Amino acid sequence: MAKSHVTMTVNGKTVEALVEPRTLLIHFLREQLNLTGPHIGCETSHCGACTVDLNGRSVKSCTVFAVQAEGGDLRTIEGMAAADGTLHALQEGFREMHGLQCGFCTPGMITRAYRLLQENPSPSEEEIRFGIAGNLCRCTGYQNIVKAIQYAADKLSGAAKEAAE
Amino acid sequence: MLADLGEDARPLAGGHSLIPMMKLRLAEPAHLIDLAGIGELKGIRADGGDVVIGAMTTQHEVIAEAALAAKLPLLRETALQIADPQVRYLGTLGGNVANGDPGNDMPAVMLCLGASYHIVGTKGERRVAARDFYQGVYQTALEPGEMVTAIRVPAPPAGHGAAYEKLKRKIGDYATAAAAVILTQSGGRVATCSIGLTNVGTTPLWAEDAARAVIGTALDPATVKKAVAHAEAITSPASDNRGPAEYRTKMAGVMLARALARAKSRAA
Amino acid sequence: MNAITPSKEERAEKLQGMGCRRKRVEDIRFVQGKGNYVDDLKLPNMLYGDFTRSPYAHARITKIDTTKAAAVPGVVAVLTADVLKTVNLAWMPTLAGDVQMVLADGKVLFQNQEVAFVIAEDRYAAADAAELVEVEYEALPVNVDPLKAMADGAPVIREDIKDKKEGAHGPRKHYNHVFAWQSGDKAKTDAVFAKADVTTKELIVYPRVHPCPLETCQCVASFDKIKGELTLWGTFQAPHVIRTVGSLISKIPEHKIHVIAPDIGGGFGNKVGAYSGYICSIVASIVTGRPVKWVEDRIENLSTTAFARDFHMETEIAATKDGRVLGLRCYTIADHGAFDACANASKWPAGLFSIITGSYDFPTAHVLVDGVYTNKAPGGVAYRCSFRVTEAAYAIERAMDIMAQKLGMDPAEFRRKNLIKREQFPYTSALGWQYDSGDYHTALDKALDSVDYKALRAEQKERQAAFKRGETREVMGIGVAFFTEIVGAGPSRNCDILGIAMFDSAEIRIHPTGTGICRLGTKSQGQGHETTYAQIIATELGLPADNIAVEEGNTDTAPYGLGTYGSRSTPVSGAATAMACRKIKAKAQMIAAYMLEVHDDDLEWDVDRFRVKGNPERFKTMTELAWAAYHEVPPGMEPGLEAINYYDPPNFTFPFGAYICVIDIDVDTGVSKIRRFYALDDCGTRINPMIIEGQLHGGLTEAFGIAMGQEIRYDDDGNVMTASLMDYFLPTAVETPNWETDYTVTPSPHHPIGAKGIGESPNVGGVPAFSNAVNDAFAFLGSTHIAMPHDHWRTWAAAEKLGLHG
Repeated sequence: MAKSHVTMTVNGKTVEALVEPRTLLIHFLREQLNLTGPHIGCETSHCGACTVDLNGRSVKSCTVFAVQAEGGDLRTIEGMAAADGTLHALQEGFREMHGLQCGFCTPGMITRAYRLLQENPSPSEEEIRFGIAGNLCRCTGYQNIVKAIQYAADKLSGAAKEAAE
Repeated sequence: MLADLGEDARPLAGGHSLIPMMKLRLAEPAHLIDLAGIGELKGIRADGGDVVIGAMTTQHEVIAEAALAAKLPLLRETALQIADPQVRYLGTLGGNVANGDPGNDMPAVMLCLGASYHIVGTKGERRVAARDFYQGVYQTALEPGEMVTAIRVPAPPAGHGAAYEKLKRKIGDYATAAAAVILTQSGGRVATCSIGLTNVGTTPLWAEDAARAVIGTALDPATVKKAVAHAEAITSPASDNRGPAEYRTKMAGVMLARALARAKSRAA
Repeated sequence: MNAITPSKEERAEKLQGMGCRRKRVEDIRFVQGKGNYVDDLKLPNMLYGDFTRSPYAHARITKIDTTKAAAVPGVVAVLTADVLKTVNLAWMPTLAGDVQMVLADGKVLFQNQEVAFVIAEDRYAAADAAELVEVEYEALPVNVDPLKAMADGAPVIREDIKDKKEGAHGPRKHYNHVFAWQSGDKAKTDAVFAKADVTTKELIVYPRVHPCPLETCQCVASFDKIKGELTLWGTFQAPHVIRTVGSLISKIPEHKIHVIAPDIGGGFGNKVGAYSGYICSIVASIVTGRPVKWVEDRIENLSTTAFARDFHMETEIAATKDGRVLGLRCYTIADHGAFDACANASKWPAGLFSIITGSYDFPTAHVLVDGVYTNKAPGGVAYRCSFRVTEAAYAIERAMDIMAQKLGMDPAEFRRKNLIKREQFPYTSALGWQYDSGDYHTALDKALDSVDYKALRAEQKERQAAFKRGETREVMGIGVAFFTEIVGAGPSRNCDILGIAMFDSAEIRIHPTGTGICRLGTKSQGQGHETTYAQIIATELGLPADNIAVEEGNTDTAPYGLGTYGSRSTPVSGAATAMACRKIKAKAQMIAAYMLEVHDDDLEWDVDRFRVKGNPERFKTMTELAWAAYHEVPPGMEPGLEAINYYDPPNFTFPFGAYICVIDIDVDTGVSKIRRFYALDDCGTRINPMIIEGQLHGGLTEAFGIAMGQEIRYDDDGNVMTASLMDYFLPTAVETPNWETDYTVTPSPHHPIGAKGIGESPNVGGVPAFSNAVNDAFAFLGSTHIAMPHDHWRTWAAAEKLGLHG
């Protein structure tokens, strides 16, 4: 089938490309845009390693066609740090709290946690666990991931308070 | 478009049932028609005593819409038990009710609530009661070229109590068995009751006999036992990794008993 | 010395050496999505490979037609067994002394077995074409029951060795028999059983499960025709072994093979062995002259790469009536699937199963293991454990509970009575292992006190009475496990992989400016080696850990090693690291003595420097000595400051622990809720407590998954029923409980830094703790053994069997 032309904003930059209509967003990101942060851990939409932030939603990019993201605003792990390289509070929190080991689930996990904290800036432990139920991890047992997200929530709300003052 | 392309085309709603099937090559439509841009398929409005929900309303929106949650808390309670946050951001109510997968949660809730579906096709528009919609595994009342555009839910009676009780192997899984119950009470006795069961048959099940059995009672243990027996009698679950059929039938009964208790505790 | 001179403690803190909760070096790239995993690799002109697989578990192949597949646009080649035969690679040797089909050769022996390998310009075309390879099959009778494998008339699985009466490990008693292996004194043990007051016997089954790391197995093979050299990137827990084995089977000289294991997204044993995908990619690269990438999907991973466990253990204990154990007997049938691709040390077809006497002082024991072939995926591997140690620990911990129940004794007290005593170490078990060190009673007491065990048992008694009165439909269980595991394979007298001794290595080079690099033969898949090995060096050499780069995985530059699995990195390469450091330190001492114009013996070490005894203001820091090593060494000494050590461990190490699990079970649904899980571990010297805790959380979560729901299940036709993440139970953050971790420290006397290894203890001790908890919950109603996994329906079925549903 003929290729489709897609345009979207990815991590703040406009991108244009030709894709097969059936090209999944995850493959588009990893292979055509060379954004290899989001990973593939399954083919049944369970593991969440491919999670990106699309138009303000946490989305499993393995279950979306690239053409469906046409005109969209997409953020991946590569877009989490500030332009000057300062790590996002979540990236810092994951390191501080030992919330990762092999690192494979981490991009999807952080990207999901980012949206979770937008939805709910002060989540309880139960809300965090429910909020990351779509992201599997085999290494950490989640306990330190919860701590990492709490660290980031605290840091971001502290920064928000400062900004407001 | 659907009509022109016939069997080769499928509408694409949230895509979280269809795309996984395509990745496994269990479904191979030559054409997908993306419904995302169709404004008329979104939105939640009141119409007389009914709530009309656009088919492309996502599970996330069902959870987040405060007004909807106030009017139909059962929908929100159910949506929170479907899949995971990412799937809920894209998965739609329309997809969940129209797919015909006995594992989907919303159909039993729609049976329970007496909802109906707005259907549009080449021959025009029609409405089908949810209770008349499901025919078999992936088989519904939809004719070729038709799709569900909205879900119409009658406002539940004042003072009702409702619950969706879902047993699952882990969060996000399809139901081992689930029960949706809505009831009202009068003088401590059940006045009205409606029951839907999920994933214990080739379609969602409307447990009429079970509901009838509790009317006029205070949901004493003996009555609940009768209702459970009626519910078990209509189940024919698949034996799968969730358990053998006999277990899943029993669990439908246990979920029903628990849903009845919770609905009663919430009813005026 | 004055107020601005840093104290000894401050200097030590700056080093971030052993004992510090040093933040991980690897995290910096991982949290930014800049990890370097195999599928991230893009080489110019790269092709993609994908498999056509058999839907049948057992069938003859009567025809393979690749015409349609080859005609798909973008397809470059299609490999079948016939093509591989031309380069003698249709079959490959396994680590267990068997052979395995790379592509199906006339027959398929398990569902999803590889039949053809399609190579195309992009992965979608390869997948399209893989569907179009036409294969005709003649179905054959299937056997997936290991207990029926050696019956008369059982389907012949392995026609290729049907008439061979000798296998790699000795005589074969049946055409589906792989090996028989035994350990211990049969006559003495049988005699004890014949006379004992009390005996118990139970078939304890550890179901087939799968390590399921989040990243599947994958590789990129690139053969350079001009140079005649192969570069192979891959998910390899043991890259050097892959290189050596690759050379032996491909006949490409070993120095012309470059194996690189980059970042690996979890291994857990799944990534130790060689798979068809690697061989086919190599052949495809040779045939096409282009790099070839192969990435398996999850269903392929779960249904065809190496499984774990599938041990059917008839376990017996003999004891006195007052609870002293006298003997242990275990007969095991081990299901190896269609090919014995078990990743064990070569002389040990049943791994280190003879650790089965565990933490208890059994005067005598005997174990016999029969391996069998069935129509299931080949293997197995050690899923987050040392070889077969989880199986042994599960058997003994379950069996101890069963005996405690029969004796009417509390499970913790029964254990206490039989734990090896501190004075008995080093302890030689009835099955021949010399346990290095342990203080079991202290650990048990600490664990029981920490959870207030007495109060828990009192509460349980009340709840049991309430249940019997009909006041509650929940039962409470308390699971106890006291495990000892054997890790750190291993001493060359015991352990080799295809003849290569299981030493390991560390090569350390210190640069003139006092920073350095350490390369090792192990390979992290998330264990934090870049962080922890540097901590050992920081403490040994007094150089800040931040100044030491750690590299693993590139076989051209890393010294030879046997890789990371079975918790062997700290025991073996950690020891090599310390030993290499000590060589460097010795040289540095000589340089210091020369510079300070004293004798070597006049110097003493102080955190980060050599100082003159009695005259501490005269010192040379290691950083200064590094410069000196390149600037002016004593006459007659070689410049430079580096050392390499290949460490042949004198023994295994024996970490141990006491775990307590409190569980509440809803008998009407079979749903279990973990109320509390307390894990006390002793891994000897603790290098990085933060990383240790992380390993424990992860291992306990894997144990939770295994005990409470994982299985690779087959139906009678050999169809895999649990091949995707829909059904293979991986817990989410919602199901996973919080883990309480605690510790004691009993250093290993034979290890240079006293460390034992920790990564797999939680899986070894965790599974029995969960299983014992579920069993304990129903014991008061007469239940003696409920098998794993303890998922909802099976737990409900156990309650049903006990008549609890009215």
